[in-house]
Amino acid sequence: MLDFGYPVLTILIAFPLIAACGLFFLRAPQVVRYYTMAVSLIECLLAVPLMGFKLNADFQFVEKIDWVHQWGLQYYLGIDGISILMVLLTIAVLPLCVMCSWTYIGKREKEFHFCLLFMTSAVLGVFCALDLVLFYVFWEAMLIPMYLLIAVWGGDDRKYASLKFFLYTLAGSTLLLAAIVAFRITGGTFSIPDLMQMNFSFRFQFWAFLAMALAFAIKVPMFPFHTWLPAAHVQAPSAGSVILAAVLLKMGTYGFLRFCLPLTPAASQYFAPMMIAISIASILYGGAIALGQSDIKKLVAYSSVGHMGFVTLGIFLFDQRGVEGALFQMLNHGIVTGALFMMIGAVYERSHSREISKNLGLGKYMPAFMFFWGLMALASLGFPGTNGFVGEILVFIGAFQVSPFIGMFLVPGALLGAAYMFRVSLKMAWGKPSSAKTWRDLNAREWIYLTIPAVFVLWIGLAPAPFFNIIDPSVDKLLNDFDKRKVAVVETEQPMQTAAADVLGLLAEKE
Amino acid sequence: MNFNITALVPELFFLCLVLTLMVQSLGTREWKPPVERWLPFGACAAFFVTITGFHLHGTMFWDVYKVDLMSQFFKIVITFGFYVVVLNASRQPTLEEGKRADYYMLLGFSTFGLMLLASSVELITIYLALELASYSMYAVIPLRAKDKGAAEAGIKYIMFGAVATALALYGLSYIMATQHTTYIAELMNKSWSFADQPMAVVGLSLFLGGMFFKLALFPFHFWCPDVYQGASNETAAFVATMPKMGAIVVLCRLAVLLKPGLEITTILAVLGACSMTFGNLSALAQTDIKRLLGFSSVAHAGYIMVGLVSGTPEGIAAAAFYGMAYLVMNLLVFWIVSRVASDGRNLKLSDLNGLYKKAPVLAFSLAAGAFALVGLPPTMGFMGKFFLITSAWDHGYNWLVITLVVNSAIAIYYYLALFRHAFTEEKTPSQVAPPDNGWFASAGAGMLAAAVLVIGMIPAPLFNFAINAGKTLYGISVTFAGGGH
Repeated sequence: MLDFGYPVLTILIAFPLIAACGLFFLRAPQVVRYYTMAVSLIECLLAVPLMGFKLNADFQFVEKIDWVHQWGLQYYLGIDGISILMVLLTIAVLPLCVMCSWTYIGKREKEFHFCLLFMTSAVLGVFCALDLVLFYVFWEAMLIPMYLLIAVWGGDDRKYASLKFFLYTLAGSTLLLAAIVAFRITGGTFSIPDLMQMNFSFRFQFWAFLAMALAFAIKVPMFPFHTWLPAAHVQAPSAGSVILAAVLLKMGTYGFLRFCLPLTPAASQYFAPMMIAISIASILYGGAIALGQSDIKKLVAYSSVGHMGFVTLGIFLFDQRGVEGALFQMLNHGIVTGALFMMIGAVYERSHSREISKNLGLGKYMPAFMFFWGLMALASLGFPGTNGFVGEILVFIGAFQVSPFIGMFLVPGALLGAAYMFRVSLKMAWGKPSSAKTWRDLNAREWIYLTIPAVFVLWIGLAPAPFFNIIDPSVDKLLNDFDKRKVAVVETEQPMQTAAADVLGLLAEKE
Repeated sequence: MNFNITALVPELFFLCLVLTLMVQSLGTREWKPPVERWLPFGACAAFFVTITGFHLHGTMFWDVYKVDLMSQFFKIVITFGFYVVVLNASRQPTLEEGKRADYYMLLGFSTFGLMLLASSVELITIYLALELASYSMYAVIPLRAKDKGAAEAGIKYIMFGAVATALALYGLSYIMATQHTTYIAELMNKSWSFADQPMAVVGLSLFLGGMFFKLALFPFHFWCPDVYQGASNETAAFVATMPKMGAIVVLCRLAVLLKPGLEITTILAVLGACSMTFGNLSALAQTDIKRLLGFSSVAHAGYIMVGLVSGTPEGIAAAAFYGMAYLVMNLLVFWIVSRVASDGRNLKLSDLNGLYKKAPVLAFSLAAGAFALVGLPPTMGFMGKFFLITSAWDHGYNWLVITLVVNSAIAIYYYLALFRHAFTEEKTPSQVAPPDNGWFASAGAGMLAAAVLVIGMIPAPLFNFAINAGKTLYGISVTFAGGGH
């Protein structure tokens, strides 16, 4: 069934990739930039039919074609309230990335823009795929362009950072593949909506959850699987950091929402205390380490670990407010951290340093810049009136509803966020410059790519209702299904004995 | 003797090709036959003749020779491989002018042996075909002018080959003595449990050893990296791919004897697991690209075992499909190795530095090949691995599947090194011959890379073929027109 006369999602996924091939026929760097900019704007226009999204929990814009019949593989796409925001975010981030690398990228422009477009295709595929293998294909395909973005256009230590990124994420996702195959063997299908209807045994869920959760936790990244992230962020060029922060990390939390909760509800419940503990550890650890950074980019990178901790915490509260907060935080973090990375790139282009001590007193020379920085910093620490507040407060409410004990841990987390953000902002705005520099303020291009996120920061912060309308039905359905199926499984299953006995059981199992 | 000449058209066509080469190789030194002018067309024609014969079937020569879907699948793969190898070798710089026709003749005979191997359904016939495929290789490997390593490689290959063959023959005698038949179709109905027939199990293990040698499966893999390193790049491309197809087809045929849980199946599974692990771990430390590929092929031999031990038509189909994928991916990588080493030297990883600048098409194709070997989507390597995993999961060898998955993660490091050097390293070593960046090099690499990607995205037609072939081995009737969709 097609909601529209033409396949919206396929076009959205395929267009950047096909257009990227056109880059090979271009020569001048400037032409390459204009071309990619045009492609990214056309991509935004192509997304207009998504406005026809109906406010319910169904998968919409569904496309389904047989791919490999014998193995039940399907080319199966569709989006619901959880994925549509991520799809829109991905599409919106693309032109910003092109703009913020306009003067930043000084070599191999063609390949750089090819990687950007390729990655956009792959990430869109991840958020649209409703077939497990298709999901995995897109999930892996995105690794290569990201690897190149870091390894070719990154900082001095780019080799190490890119290799670490690649190995970490790929090692995690091979386990995801094993889980996917296990789902097929046990459930008989790769179709995610079909699998969502099934009740798997607790023992199966236990292992499937662990395999999937590791892959997702590395991607998020959750403490202690986060070590690739600061390295990758610091070394990546601005656009790479923006994409990494804005959309790639969301793939992990999206995985939790799309797979762990619906497919392995009982195991999710079983592991929730552990996941919550790790999330809190991420929040506190990320905040504390960020506080001690002297490199702005590293600071924001570690703050990501903390922010994403709020997201995973919200998800594993299994509470309406918590999950909504998590979804909002995913969106917010994409907008705010993306914008922060773009601004760090802008500063770096002027001072050629990311050290806080080398970028003091910007308020005097770059008031417009500091305005945007201040706004994003406030959004990042969850100031009322900004989007960060909406997400964070929902997670807070959810946490306190579930257990005040959990809620208590979030308070220092939020305080840490305020501390490191104020610290860096104060220094950058009013610190005493080490040498008298006259830096020019934002140019028109920078105004454009900072205004867009700023508008969203205030829009979501002041009037979040439209966004709630989109996500609410899907979150309702997710949690209702979750409650029902969690109970269904637990009632019919005997409790787990020990993990060791189970490993032996699985190994000895024969047909 | 039943004999159906139409079913043998691909083999006969190929035989004519090889005989023509033989006649040419008899020419005197003064008369230099322009073999490289016509042979690619001949090899291409052989490939198309084999494709058109995909539906042929029949049993002949007292039922020792069977033309069925499985044999045709592999014959298509083998003739395709031969075509690419001929194209690849046509610019071989380290081969003396006077030896060119002989060189192709030997490759041709070996390929012909592999084609026969694809159809052999009786152990002695398999043995003979295997020998035909091997003998020419013994002569071809040392053919690298002015290189001492080549002689060492040749000797290693002969010694290991002789021992493996002797073992296989010894095992064959055990099977004959205990099961009283050498026909696979009859062996299928015999017991292969160690408790019932210990001698037969030992015999089959030894016989399989001969195949494992060809496949470079642990512990029969020791020749592999040395021979790759010693042989010229183009010869290594042949040795790395074609004999493996012969081994895989025989293993696919013998896999119908294996049921999950039997001792012999477990031996295969354990060897597969060891092979993956040893291959990958050893490859991590390599800097010579051919040695790296040699150890990686040891790992790939292990992957193929995963499909074979599952005891289902799907498993055999997955192994066959992976075999094909392996051939195409490896030929692609060797194509690039041969083109980059335009003077025929052995490449170090650092020789790939800056390849994206000097030869962008080669670099892109290398990326496709390397990622296919890792098993990243959307390449045929991913699809092949995915089919293997899916077919074996839940058939008693889950641990083997996990081993495969973990090994894929290990393998990333060294395959990524190929990609890393080609794309992200700028410094190039001085005083080496630049890569061949002509239209021939780019077109060949581009087409093989396209095959790797397209089959990765649309694997269904070929996989249908493989699965129907797998079903025929188990005697499940298939309607070819149905095709699945």
